[in-house]
Amino acid sequence: MKTLAGVPGIEAIRSALTNKETTATELAEASLRRIAEADGTIHAFLQVDRAAALAQAAKIDDRVAKGEALPALAGVPFGIKDVLTVEGFAATAGSKILEGYRPPYTATAVKKLADAGAVFLGKLNCDEFAMGSSNENSAYGPVRNPHDTERVPGGSSGGSAAAVAAGMATATLGTDTGGSIRQPASFCGVVGVLPTYGRVSRYGLIAFASSLDRIGPFTANVRDAATVLGVIAGHDAMDATSSPRPVPDYTAGIDRGVAGMKLGVPAEYFAEGLDPEVRAAIDGGIEKLRAAGAEIRKISLPHTKYAIPTYYVIATAEASSNLARFDGVRYGLRAPKPDTLADMYRRTRDLGFGAEVKRRILLGTYVLSHGYYDAYYKKAQQVRRLLAEDFLAAFREVDAIVTPTAPTPAFKLGEKSDDPVAMYLADIYTVTASLAGICGVSVPCGMSQSGLPIGMQILGRHFDEATIFRVGQAVERLTAE
Amino acid sequence: MAWYTEAMSENERVSAEEVRRVAELANMELTAEEETRMRRDLNAILDYVAQLGELDTAQVAPMAQVSEVLLTEGKQATEESSVLRADQPRPCLDRAAVMASAPETDGTYFKVPKVIER
Repeated sequence: MKTLAGVPGIEAIRSALTNKETTATELAEASLRRIAEADGTIHAFLQVDRAAALAQAAKIDDRVAKGEALPALAGVPFGIKDVLTVEGFAATAGSKILEGYRPPYTATAVKKLADAGAVFLGKLNCDEFAMGSSNENSAYGPVRNPHDTERVPGGSSGGSAAAVAAGMATATLGTDTGGSIRQPASFCGVVGVLPTYGRVSRYGLIAFASSLDRIGPFTANVRDAATVLGVIAGHDAMDATSSPRPVPDYTAGIDRGVAGMKLGVPAEYFAEGLDPEVRAAIDGGIEKLRAAGAEIRKISLPHTKYAIPTYYVIATAEASSNLARFDGVRYGLRAPKPDTLADMYRRTRDLGFGAEVKRRILLGTYVLSHGYYDAYYKKAQQVRRLLAEDFLAAFREVDAIVTPTAPTPAFKLGEKSDDPVAMYLADIYTVTASLAGICGVSVPCGMSQSGLPIGMQILGRHFDEATIFRVGQAVERLTAE
Repeated sequence: MAWYTEAMSENERVSAEEVRRVAELANMELTAEEETRMRRDLNAILDYVAQLGELDTAQVAPMAQVSEVLLTEGKQATEESSVLRADQPRPCLDRAAVMASAPETDGTYFKVPKVIER
């Protein structure tokens, strides 16, 4: 799949550096130039650190000059969603409440990218505390979709998706709690990966809903996504939920094709509410997979319709607890001249949080409060198990599941911003995998008549990322033909 | 919108008083305008959430963590379940670096408005 203003892929960068056709400095300069040209309109970046990027690039060029072996991502320009920390570098989480905060530590996933030689450009815009499906909830202004600037890039990792789509970075990191990597990847026509829960350390991720939050890459193609995930995955002593399972080489079997694979198509993801153009594109993609030798099986994930209400109970409950720490004491904003401690808490939070964050904290507090816990929170946790069991049963029959990533292509700014339930439904096909903890990827699979990208979501078993990359690679190749 | 009008015509799940109580629990102050908006939105969302009541979950154990379903699948259960590190003291973040981000500090402690009057 093409990006609007093509960025070089990871393999191209590697061979160009090795053959001395370019330098890491030239690559960084090209990204910085592209940001300067296009980001006034797109607004993907909240901060760009030109000096640091050029310094890192110079180190790589030094290694090339000395004939040293290059690390896996040498010279690859990357950006990170601004819910991830970099020591000494302002972190906002898209919120006013963290104004002035400079974290004293670096997120593990970011450190791994830097250690692999990737060149850090800056931090990317997102919905406040990663809460949103359109990137309109950023306290620093919305991101615009590079394919049509009247439309949203999706959310909450809208800046991360748009930066790759607009050719500003070869790879970016986003986070996905209910669809926040896959849905913007679909809207912006790039690849976005939801790794299995526990595959990538969450250390240094400003928490939204800890049992759901995951960090994953955006890239212009599937192979680059597999390469980046291979770098950031793995156990970390700083995250007790990170898995000690060994990390395989995700690119090793990526070109094996889909012949003989069993792919499930769940009826519930093709029901009422699916845009006809999205349906046609995904149906077309599935037909190509069938023609390439995959066995397509109709399956059922019977509890799908309960996923959105389950998600909005669990995610908001966890958020109300996680966001209690923003009180004006340890970091960020403090309301001026508070009378009492309680007054300081309340006025700081009133001043610092935007409407969607307040809405979710209130909902989460309500569902956890005395008298409602069993009816809402415990009930949602029980339904969460039923949703997970739907997938476990399906994966006894099929190797992977293919669906649309989102029910529609990118919508217009302002179109859903006054109707929270309508906005939440943008995540209807993505929250299920979030709740179950399985892995997924959104891969471009055609365009609408008006030129808007459409993404296919490929879901796989826990820790079976290799399979979804293999299917994704086939989709990428087949839809390019 | 249809879902909204229907929601308001029936018994409301969340009253204005409850919105205020929940805001207090969450240490938040709402303007009158915000309170009206939040009440409308919470009722709409909770009406949507009410469909979970259609499911009989009496025999279903709550799922709090993803690792729980990996256990029921019997997949390398010990690998996922025992990832606690050894309980050994290690250096923590530098105090000065942490305090540098605080709105008000004396270098050792965070400072807040007086809690107890002497």
